[in-house]
Amino acid sequence: MTRRVAVTGVGVVAPGGVGVPAFWDMLTAGRTATRGITLFDPAGFRSRIAAECDFDAAAFGLSPQEVARADRYVQFAMVAADEAIRDSGLEPGAQDPWRTGVSLGTAVGGTTRLEHDYVRVSGEGERWDVDHRRAGPFLERAFTPSVLASAVAERFGVHGAVQTVSTGCTSGLDAIGYAFQAIEEDLADVYIAGASDSPISPITVACFDAIRATSPNNDDPEHASRPFDARRDGFVMGEGAAVLVLEELEHARARGVDPYCEISGFATFGNAYHMTGLTREGLEMSMAIDTALDHARIASCDIDYVNAHGSGTKQNDRHETAAVKRSLGEHAYRTPMSSIKSMVGHSLGAIGAIEVAACTLAMARGVVPPTANYEDPDPECDLDYVPKTAREARLRRVLSVGSGFGGFQSAVVMSRDGGRSR
Amino acid sequence: MNIPAAERRTVITGLGIIAPNGMGTDAFWKATREGVSVLDRITREGCDGYPLRVAGEVRAFDPGVMVEERFLVQTDRFSHFAMAAADLALQNAQLRTEEMPAHRVGVVTAAGSGGGEFGQRELQRLWGKGPSYVGPYQSIAWFYAASTGQISIRGGFKGPCGVVASDEAGGLDAFAHAARSIRNGADAVVVGATEAPLAPYSMVCQLGYPELSRSEDPERAYLPFTAEACGFVPAEGGAMLVVEEEAAARARGAPVRAVVLGHGATFTRSSRWDRSREGLARAIGAALERSGCAPNEIDVVFADALGTVEADRAEALALADVLGPRAARVPVTAPKAGFGRAYGGAAALDVAAAVLALEHGTVPPTPRVTDVCHDLDLVTCRPRGVELRTALVLSRGLMGSNAALVLRRPEGEI
Repeated sequence: MTRRVAVTGVGVVAPGGVGVPAFWDMLTAGRTATRGITLFDPAGFRSRIAAECDFDAAAFGLSPQEVARADRYVQFAMVAADEAIRDSGLEPGAQDPWRTGVSLGTAVGGTTRLEHDYVRVSGEGERWDVDHRRAGPFLERAFTPSVLASAVAERFGVHGAVQTVSTGCTSGLDAIGYAFQAIEEDLADVYIAGASDSPISPITVACFDAIRATSPNNDDPEHASRPFDARRDGFVMGEGAAVLVLEELEHARARGVDPYCEISGFATFGNAYHMTGLTREGLEMSMAIDTALDHARIASCDIDYVNAHGSGTKQNDRHETAAVKRSLGEHAYRTPMSSIKSMVGHSLGAIGAIEVAACTLAMARGVVPPTANYEDPDPECDLDYVPKTAREARLRRVLSVGSGFGGFQSAVVMSRDGGRSR
Repeated sequence: MNIPAAERRTVITGLGIIAPNGMGTDAFWKATREGVSVLDRITREGCDGYPLRVAGEVRAFDPGVMVEERFLVQTDRFSHFAMAAADLALQNAQLRTEEMPAHRVGVVTAAGSGGGEFGQRELQRLWGKGPSYVGPYQSIAWFYAASTGQISIRGGFKGPCGVVASDEAGGLDAFAHAARSIRNGADAVVVGATEAPLAPYSMVCQLGYPELSRSEDPERAYLPFTAEACGFVPAEGGAMLVVEEEAAARARGAPVRAVVLGHGATFTRSSRWDRSREGLARAIGAALERSGCAPNEIDVVFADALGTVEADRAEALALADVLGPRAARVPVTAPKAGFGRAYGGAAALDVAAAVLALEHGTVPPTPRVTDVCHDLDLVTCRPRGVELRTALVLSRGLMGSNAALVLRRPEGEI
């Protein structure tokens, strides 16, 4: 018998507000959290804007020791996981820790801390043979990204498979997808799954400047992230985390929990085309969508909402529009498709998980989040992007897609049949 | 091949090895079989001023010979290794991927630290000169997914692409991941891990690991399972392998080298090596169960061999817990004592070594180790000829992961 995978807890750290209530309020209001960078002085950079989290680790219960030991992106994940576990009602020790896993994605891991300490040990880029005596404590925990999943697993006493996933900007979808597969295959009953990134640092801003991937709209940051709009000019970097509790459906029912929804299908493919470039046709993303739908045994015409990758680069949005049309056919024109990156920016590896969190809430609450800043249609992007204003709708079948550097294309299908609204 | 997922078995058909003790299968096996140690003082530029003196360097590697210039300039040394190793593996498997549907060939790598040398160079440009000096490839060279992406693009492989980052143990998890891709419909996956952690800033980052060997003597720096164990020696390099769906591999007459039977993974906290006893034992138990294999079928163990007394003891006890009284008679080995631990690459190299051991009926020795202080049959000094059918490969990550993988010689070929 096929094992089904339920979502029973959600936690979010996003720009514009930490925690699910603030996140949902922002999405449904269509507010944007993009602004001038404050985490460092961005003078001299091409793109000087980002969607930053106003995050006070101490206010969310992290001790000074935890803060010293954990990078910002790990702190985000711990806080999001705390909220998700609380929300799920799982009691520590009440389930088999060896049948509980962690699968968390990150694209760039500890680069912010790595850069911070690099500046000290190199004398601001003076020397190649950097001075190890000037390195700060816990630097090794910035070096290896496996710290992310490890830190969350330690926090909750997990003893099953614990894995960090790092497929660039599809990390979040893939980490959730892998957890879904592991539960489905009876390797575990419960997974803490999601993703986190805190990439807003000089080196990451500079590397996207170098390929003109980010928006230079520094004079109007709150309107700079414009997915699908004819005047879009690149993505706006973001940061944040989302963590879900995934649980085998009968396991959730046995403890009397009414799930938000189910993860029903997942697939990922490479485009083998270009590390950063995308084709106009979107064949491989379309193949990911088709395969995920097939896995979920859901017909494309039953999709009620598409949560887009919608990064706001010229090529991404037309690539993705083509892919969705290829998979959904005429139904694509009747299906709302929005990008929350218009509001919370593009937090690289984290965003896929934040988007799945948004889908989870959208299904449970019957509301489609909008694409903020959408004003001027682009002839190549001719679907219903839910401009500016959230929309009420009954959502039973939802698709979330992502594209990442490396050519990776991923799709997650979610479904909800009845259940309590939350 | 429309075979039910449960019956789609994963077999290894190609090995691509870039190791400190040899590049390519023949050179690697010769050095490994003979127990040669290549651990030495570190010579990479700018790396000689740290309290980390000894490592396993891949000195014979000339990237320009193996990888096209346009891919070299876009990538870090860890991806150079990965692309070269993938080529070797594909040649070894004689896999004509251009004749296969592109979406049925996938790529999975494990990554422990990404493109550190490339990243340091770009950080130096940014902080020494200014933001506009950062080059266009920083965005695709430093991140952990670089090798998977480049192998996919360079080979035209459009199947499932994955990157796991559970440090050393990730090297085994990658094989579980590839086997899942095969079950779900891929016909072939290029899978493994390569690392290049020997750049100055990467070395500084590793100095925080309490398990790191700070010995200055290459002969004594990495002596797992001895009373003198003083930590592990890092290394660069690794292995990429070709795995295929068994029926597809046999249909094309491919050389089936080994069957990937089962994998298990657990977590027992970072730096809590005492707890890894239970963690490893449970990972082994899960791997055996999924393999449909009894503990007494294990013929050889490729140990994690971290090289601290506490971690080695936990591993020896875990084997005793699983194998019972037979544990003292099952040959255990750790070839990596001769070339170091290349993080995720170490586990991938162990898989390659296990395949070669099964083929040759030979357990390679643990270089430089003589006086074993734990209760296990560690193969030392010289290779041991013995009929081998089933191998167990173990790996632990510094952040707390434990993994086990069971490999078997293909049926009818003993």
